[in-house]
Amino acid sequence: MEPARFTRIDQTTWQIEPTGAMRVPGIIYADEDLIRHMDDKVYEQTVNVATLPGIVKAVYVMPDAHWGYGFPIGGVAAFDADEGGVISAGGVGFDVSCGVRTMLSHLKVSDIVSVQKQLADSLYQQIPAGLGSKGAITLDPFEMDAMLKGGARWAIDRGWGETPDLERIEERGQMAGAETACVSNRAKERQRREMGTLGSGNHYLEVQAVTEIFDEEAAASFGLKQEEVVVTIHCGSRGLGHQIGTEYLRDMLPAAAAAGIALPDRELACAPIKSEVGQRYLGAMRAAVNCALANREIIGHYARRVFAHFFPNTDLTLLFDVSHNTCKVETHKANGASRQLFVHRKGATRAFGPNHSDLPEALRRTGQPVLIGGSMGTGSYVLAGSPSSEEKSFASACHGAGRAMSRHAALRQWSGRQIVDDLAARGILIRSPSMRGIAEEAPGAYKDVGAVVMAAEQAGLAKRVARLRPVICIKG
Amino acid sequence: MPVKGDIWPNRWEHFPHDADVGIRGRGATLAEAFEQAALALTGIVTDADIDDLASVEVDCEAPDVEVLLVEWLNAVIYEMAVRNMIFGAFKVTIDELRLHGTMWGEPVEQTKHAPACEPKGATYTALRVAQEPDGTWSAACIIDV
Repeated sequence: MEPARFTRIDQTTWQIEPTGAMRVPGIIYADEDLIRHMDDKVYEQTVNVATLPGIVKAVYVMPDAHWGYGFPIGGVAAFDADEGGVISAGGVGFDVSCGVRTMLSHLKVSDIVSVQKQLADSLYQQIPAGLGSKGAITLDPFEMDAMLKGGARWAIDRGWGETPDLERIEERGQMAGAETACVSNRAKERQRREMGTLGSGNHYLEVQAVTEIFDEEAAASFGLKQEEVVVTIHCGSRGLGHQIGTEYLRDMLPAAAAAGIALPDRELACAPIKSEVGQRYLGAMRAAVNCALANREIIGHYARRVFAHFFPNTDLTLLFDVSHNTCKVETHKANGASRQLFVHRKGATRAFGPNHSDLPEALRRTGQPVLIGGSMGTGSYVLAGSPSSEEKSFASACHGAGRAMSRHAALRQWSGRQIVDDLAARGILIRSPSMRGIAEEAPGAYKDVGAVVMAAEQAGLAKRVARLRPVICIKG
Repeated sequence: MPVKGDIWPNRWEHFPHDADVGIRGRGATLAEAFEQAALALTGIVTDADIDDLASVEVDCEAPDVEVLLVEWLNAVIYEMAVRNMIFGAFKVTIDELRLHGTMWGEPVEQTKHAPACEPKGATYTALRVAQEPDGTWSAACIIDV
């Protein structure tokens, strides 16, 4: 995008002034280089979201933003139900509650080097990844509903997780307001045999090493130590979420028309929060959030079992589990008052700053861990929500590196085999059912995650705590 | 590695999207363009040959022909997901805004098909179904993967 199209507020804040049907401005947080490399569609989609009824303050766009569906990926928008505010299935995304969890092993990298290959093979064997993989769990209709209501708490009750995890999962592991009756039988059917599966695309399980610490105090409070090993899982609500997204996107088209909402793009299909379709979507989406929380808890349990086999005296303890495709009811200050808002985060991570009442005691001083997935080769980051995130972005930050190149282009440029060999030479073991899938996810196809998190820090969204480098990557 | 659709540029193809994949099917008729679009969907998952061991039939309808494409592709994605199958041939008939589709395929095998990724859903982004100036039909949209 051409930087001249924006009003530049400071080094990392770029404003689109409200014109035409825009009700609020658009604000993109990024450095100049990131702005230049962003697709013009991000601008267009930001402008479109700003036209929706009941939107509050601004549309915020994170430094890793790219062209999405209706909403830009990396978009944050909050709506007030009392002002005709809407909820949008496209604003949440197909993979409802897709997110990241990081677990600490307290092992040193040197402890795992001798078994790195066996550990990679065991994880790949135990954790179903990729299309065509099926989990060991089949849910009957009763258990399906219990899972959709119970989230990670349900998984723990069934023996696939540990109770202390709950306080380190958003919503304490269980999203309230889930309505199983709002979830279609087709969505449930798609999930029947998918619990505990990773999925594919950019989803992964990685064994990582803490390779750089930026903030000693925050790292200590998170339990992150130089050269120690962590396990990070990136996945979502699997087929259930995808089907809910698909069905409600369809149902919201006529709902928007009935409410007299002029949609600049069909993908922005939405319904007033205070409407029948809006309420049904909320009930279904919250059930899908529980599905994602349960799924990550189960995969975390599988990882624990594998680690316990190799290292009987260690346990994986949860640092945090946070989603980046959601709509949540939160209280934020806007236009001088505290208001209850429906905050859409589409490819954006909640990033509560220090002292937020929603954080567990152990994390309250430092702020919420913000888990940023990078690419297979470059590594990931742990950030902590900044005190100014509330004011800047309804307490939100980036969620990943963001793609710099399409899958199509990546496939022309790289071979999966070559990537696997190159990474192996650097001590990173990849396991995946598909060489083509690896080529599509080539490290070079992603933006520089370092530049993305630096921009998030400079913009006052979240500060860098530690950088993680991959050691083993299980890719769906 | 070749992108399969590029070998037959006039039948189906993939086009770039930042995070996901665009698919476009072309044909002498609307129904044929829909069949080719479904092949392009399969092309997202695998380059491998697919045997026609079983067939599945679906029906869908929509308020307009573009939404009908999304409904059709989502019906294929649903059958892939719940049957754990991959489809290599499609037959579509369209009567006004009602579609009847038959798909032939086989169970997904990771060793045989090495599935690159799993389609989550067809989107309304870059959605276009139209008759081109040369009389052929084109059916395209972005698939979230």
